[in-house]
Amino acid sequence: MAPQTRKAAIVGGNRIPFARSNGAYARASNQDMLTATLDGLVARFGLQGQQVGEVVAGAVLKHARDFNLTRESVLGSRLSAATPAYDVQQACGTGLEAAVLVANKIALGQVESGIAGGVDTTSDAPMALNEDIRRVLLAVNNAKTLQQRLKALSGIRPGQLIPEVPRNAEPRTGLAMGDHAAITAAEWEIGREEQDELTVRSHQALAAAYDRGFFDDLVTPFLGLTRDQNLRPDTSLEKLARLKPVFGQGEGATMTAGNSTPLTDGASAVLLASDEWAAEHDLPVLAHLVDAQTAAVDYVHGGEGLLMAPAYAVPVLLARNGLTLQDFDFYEVHEAFASTVLATLKVWESPEYCKEKLGLDAPLGSIDRAKLNVHGSSLAAGHPFAATGGRIVATLAKTLHEAGPGKRGLISICAAGGQGVVAILES
Amino acid sequence: MSDWYRDFANSGLGTTITRQLGLPRPAELRRYEPGQPVLPGPAVVGSAGEGRLREEVTGLLRDAGVTVVSPVAADGSTDGERLAAVLLDATGLTGPADLAAAHDFLAPALKRLRPSGRVLVLADPPGETSYPAQAAARQALEGLVRSLAKELRSGSTANLVHVPLGAEGSLASPLRFFLSGRSAYVDGQVLAVTTADLPTGEDADRPLAGKVAVVTGAARGIGAAIARVLARDGAHVVAVDVPAAGEQLAEVANEVGGTAVSLDITGADAGPRLAAQLVARHGGVDVVVHNAGITRDKLLVNMDAARWNSVMAVNLQAQLDLTQALLDTEGALKPGARVVSVSSQSGIAGNRGQTNYAASKAGVIGMVRAWAPEFAERGATINAVAPGFIVTEMTAKMPLGTREVGSRLNSLQQGGLPVDVAETIAWLAQPGSAGVNGQVVRVCGQSLLGA
Repeated sequence: MAPQTRKAAIVGGNRIPFARSNGAYARASNQDMLTATLDGLVARFGLQGQQVGEVVAGAVLKHARDFNLTRESVLGSRLSAATPAYDVQQACGTGLEAAVLVANKIALGQVESGIAGGVDTTSDAPMALNEDIRRVLLAVNNAKTLQQRLKALSGIRPGQLIPEVPRNAEPRTGLAMGDHAAITAAEWEIGREEQDELTVRSHQALAAAYDRGFFDDLVTPFLGLTRDQNLRPDTSLEKLARLKPVFGQGEGATMTAGNSTPLTDGASAVLLASDEWAAEHDLPVLAHLVDAQTAAVDYVHGGEGLLMAPAYAVPVLLARNGLTLQDFDFYEVHEAFASTVLATLKVWESPEYCKEKLGLDAPLGSIDRAKLNVHGSSLAAGHPFAATGGRIVATLAKTLHEAGPGKRGLISICAAGGQGVVAILES
Repeated sequence: MSDWYRDFANSGLGTTITRQLGLPRPAELRRYEPGQPVLPGPAVVGSAGEGRLREEVTGLLRDAGVTVVSPVAADGSTDGERLAAVLLDATGLTGPADLAAAHDFLAPALKRLRPSGRVLVLADPPGETSYPAQAAARQALEGLVRSLAKELRSGSTANLVHVPLGAEGSLASPLRFFLSGRSAYVDGQVLAVTTADLPTGEDADRPLAGKVAVVTGAARGIGAAIARVLARDGAHVVAVDVPAAGEQLAEVANEVGGTAVSLDITGADAGPRLAAQLVARHGGVDVVVHNAGITRDKLLVNMDAARWNSVMAVNLQAQLDLTQALLDTEGALKPGARVVSVSSQSGIAGNRGQTNYAASKAGVIGMVRAWAPEFAERGATINAVAPGFIVTEMTAKMPLGTREVGSRLNSLQQGGLPVDVAETIAWLAQPGSAGVNGQVVRVCGQSLLGA
């Protein structure tokens, strides 16, 4: 029997500072980082030895040994070993999707509390054996006699020693995510300067938030790193203007290493619960997760940009909740690339796009930019794929809580494979 | 961080060598462990003059499970094994002539004292008599006890407790502390108790059960030791440290089953923020330990404003502001709250290159004494502990010579451990320590500095 649903509360979060690839966490594994992040959360909320309903997390880049990453991390943490866990993976949407999954179980009364998280390392990345040698070794393994084994081994060639390294590219197009974003940026005429402006704002906002102690109860230092390694509080339009474009081609190329997120290592976690559980444990409720929506686009043949799925998810979510795009006090639009954020905002302002692609009678309209990513986002913090969702959920929940009751925030996260995850939080 | 010299001096060869060369022979101190009896052997109680505490003390000792034997005869014989503690009730002193009785009682008894033995003298405060001869005799005890503390060897200590008329009930908690291993590194001290409403039914092994304790600077060193000891005694510890120390802080909080709070206590709103969280998350706080402290050493003539100001901000102003915020926030300080501030030997004796640090730590003593009456009205207390040479990561970085000399310049001939400071703080935090207020307890092994 399905009980009446309830909105899941966001109690708080924890993340480790995000490190640049091959930086401070070069030798940390996904499990190391996720375990440390869970332990920081446990310490903040006094959950030592306690069992939460479920821990849900994931990583985009995973070793074969990480098949049960979240459960193994729980076992290594200070949580009760009787806490169940499972892995999810939805590319850059992993962290937010994990939060939605936990929130839904809370909403249905299946669990009273849960932790959603994500982790990624691009430093300690999995390398696979070359496909040729993998087949040879499988044959050796299957061989029954010494003769068969020797015969199979004779198939080894020097060229097979080159490993398969994960690439930040779409399997179906062979294009890097940045190249895809550059196509969208060119199509929507997103200028270099506005991208750099958004980037500067992100760095300044994140630095200001650190300076005023906003992240004191959201971040726990790890391996000597106390702030996000990518953060450049002193960056400026002038400095960014000097960078050469790295994505896109020719004179129209606008996307640089500055206004794109770098490869990043890090982990995040969010504690969700029913209001009752939070009250029983004398823990705060920062906000509630009201609703969420996913969407996917055909970026291969359908003529849509790889990272444009959130543009489709948001109107569905708004309609279901009887809201307009302007009914929010804060917007958290994941800054995979500055151009992605700007393109998303631009298509919502376009009557043609909203009518033809989104099937809306009127455009969603523009938003007050002063409400966008007010405590910085991925351009400044970096973007360890699966960890970004948890960072944003916890940051927005605290932002809403500080602003007072009845405030509303929108989260929009684009993901590889042409997917998007969006959600509404309310204080 | 082990004391290699102490270990050497207690080895077979080391014993021979140090004895023959007359080198210091630091003992392994008796330190407290849960479930341990207050004393590892019998105690003897004597008196000088017609005192009022002998019966009281004998009763308290028996309640604490201590065997009390008859005073040692002049020929050194007693009715029991060697003594773990020698207690002298000197409340009957009327003039210097009565002090002879103290000598007569103590001399044979001390010959029978075991290693890590305890000498505790109980007396009236010298200031509470109008007879000069009586005040002289009472004051004389300080010289006696402090000298005795220097004469005792093998980890034994001697301390003096002033018990004014009417405050006899407050004696139980200091008595247990000074006799037990909790006071291992507290030596040659004078403590005054006052009349107070005392709770009953305290669990001796978990005196802080159900209490919430906040400890600043808890990520490492002495602060982490305080968190561990308070948690061992039953408290839920709210461990506070600067955001940059969050990783170690989380480890400490998880180790003690507490809560980690990353907070710069010098921030403008730090006090109200912490107070609000303590109320919301923990229903207020029972024990506040102001431990956070920094050093920025320089000779005064070379000291810039930044060094001066940062030390003052963390070591003194933050203690004032945080305490005030807790007093001002409804429900933040629970009834019977205990505030313990960490001062320093430098604050008492001064230290070259530490004008800023010593000033801040002396300031802490002024703060505690000034606030004590207000706290007493609330049924609460506020005290300070002043650590001497405590072996920490910081002292491990000192040059060998400086460290060895520094650690031996006290009656116990060794540096103290963070746990020694923590045990003293945990004792002051006990509900039963209600009669100890506005005191400065040095945890210094009777250091030669500032004595």
